[in-house]
Amino acid sequence: MDILVIHLYNALLYASVLFLIAGGLSLIYGVMRIVNLAHGNLFALGAFMTASAVGQWFAGSESNWLYLLLPTGAVLAAVLGAVLEPTLLRRFYRRPEEYQLLVTFGLLMILEDVMRFFWGPYPISATVLFEKMGSAKVGEWIYPRYNLLVIGIGFLAAIFLWAFIYRTRFGVVLRATSQDMRRASALGINVNLVYVEAFTIGCFMAGLGGAIIVPSQSAVLGMGVDALVLSFIVVVIGGLGSLEGALVGALIVGIVREIGISVFPEIELAVLYLIAAAVLLVRPAGLFGRAA
Amino acid sequence: MSTAALAPRARSPLRIVVWAVPIAALLALLPSVVDPYGAILLAYGLVMAIAALGFNLLLGYTGLLSFGHSAYFGLGAYAVAFMVKYLHVQSMELFILGTIAASLLVTFLFGYVCVRYTRIFFSILTLALSQVLWSLAFKFFWVTGGTDGLRVPTPKLLGLVEPENADKIHFLAHAYYYYVLGVFVLCVALMWLIVHSPFGKALQAIRDNETRARFVGIRIRSYRFVAFVVSGIFTGIAGALWVPLNGLTTPDILYWPFSGELVFMTVLGGFHNFTGPIVGAVAFNYLKTYAVGFTVYWQALLGIVLVVLVMVLPSGIVGTAQLLYAVARRRVGR
Repeated sequence: MDILVIHLYNALLYASVLFLIAGGLSLIYGVMRIVNLAHGNLFALGAFMTASAVGQWFAGSESNWLYLLLPTGAVLAAVLGAVLEPTLLRRFYRRPEEYQLLVTFGLLMILEDVMRFFWGPYPISATVLFEKMGSAKVGEWIYPRYNLLVIGIGFLAAIFLWAFIYRTRFGVVLRATSQDMRRASALGINVNLVYVEAFTIGCFMAGLGGAIIVPSQSAVLGMGVDALVLSFIVVVIGGLGSLEGALVGALIVGIVREIGISVFPEIELAVLYLIAAAVLLVRPAGLFGRAA
Repeated sequence: MSTAALAPRARSPLRIVVWAVPIAALLALLPSVVDPYGAILLAYGLVMAIAALGFNLLLGYTGLLSFGHSAYFGLGAYAVAFMVKYLHVQSMELFILGTIAASLLVTFLFGYVCVRYTRIFFSILTLALSQVLWSLAFKFFWVTGGTDGLRVPTPKLLGLVEPENADKIHFLAHAYYYYVLGVFVLCVALMWLIVHSPFGKALQAIRDNETRARFVGIRIRSYRFVAFVVSGIFTGIAGALWVPLNGLTTPDILYWPFSGELVFMTVLGGFHNFTGPIVGAVAFNYLKTYAVGFTVYWQALLGIVLVVLVMVLPSGIVGTAQLLYAVARRRVGR
């Protein structure tokens, strides 16, 4: 029975990080109708930033204050997002999709090498945050407390985001812009400002995902490209542009992956893709998506 | 989707021959002029050109952007590697036939799912499905060699056996180069016929206006499906030709960034043109080779080229050249 709890924790851990990445991707698509192929690299950037802050700049330190460095990755990703949206991406909203995908693909290639330039080709870890927290007892098994923290952050992020979008004035503005940009603009909403804000929040989420996962793994080049494909599966299952969909999709992917790793490890990834394809055949816009 | 016409003027076959024959002759003379390295590099470019040509049947002519064409390229490569490893086949012609069969199977399956969607959903779906193949190649390492890949020895061309002691470089730069060139010319001719056939015109009608095309009586989904299959087969053949040149196939060519490279080269040449993908693929091949030799940050260099290209020259090399040519002609006053 306890082993089931551990599996459940692992599934939730995975789902938390995936929700942060895919939720950001989906939010950006929902508001600006652009699929950012470089989104996974913002996740990787968050991971690298936090890993180098904790594992390199303050290497050897054992202080509890180190946990305050955790959000640095998310902040860096958000700042980069706030710069990229108005300078580069904005001019592509009216262009056909192939150009949007291409420009973000170019951005992906550039960011990949920017990370190589600043942090070198070797993995960076911030395991001190992971080790300091020790383990919790689950029956006769033990489970790292840090992973529980990640699950908690993912959970909190989901609640905050929901409250932000459905319970604040800014959320109303955001949803209005998402539904009808022209009419929102005619009502006096500064659409360009909404775009920057939405993009920044999306990037912040991706960066946060990278920042909180890095103490238990490590930051490696190429992690962004991997993460992007997984978050595509999430948004395809849940519906592109829907946050509820991203949450449900992340949970499905998290659970299937956890089952897959112990039952069918070879075809674990293939099964995920096939689930995504099956969902699309039954519900073309995903479980929670609007019709295209 | 832009509605720019692909072939604004009706071109007589004579005009094409006037253009195509000198280029083909030049390509045929090349191995005796340049060093073996130059010939092999160009052979890579021609292989990529076949892949991009197939890809552009979907993007340029049908208006569907696939971000999963690495699947068919890799499929061709792995089909050849499997035939070598498990069936001990050596003949290049059998390789190509086997690849066509394998591509047919997979494009039927993937196409059936994908052509129900257009625009961004089509792109994401093709990407996701292509990664199924990647994960299989990656995980079933006892079949596929995993990240080590599978080695492919020198094949038999047209049933002729190379002497045991033959120099592999010499073989690739001459016999194999001509083989690739031959297949390339065949593929270009075939694709030309396809896009100028009533079928090709129907695809362009679907691209330009789906509703009207349906109104005229075109069965949109079946046309898209056939275009998908044909496109996949061309790209698969390119993959099959690529393996002996590379000597090794790894899961990298199934990974989705390679699909991105295929899109990159097609847009570099210009996807509103028949010749665009060909020029783009050859140019991209040189660009990448020199960028890799020039700096470890070649990826960033290519990324910057891509971003600038999309912002400044969205119609690609060929499209821009045509534009400049048209302007120059007008200046001269015909």
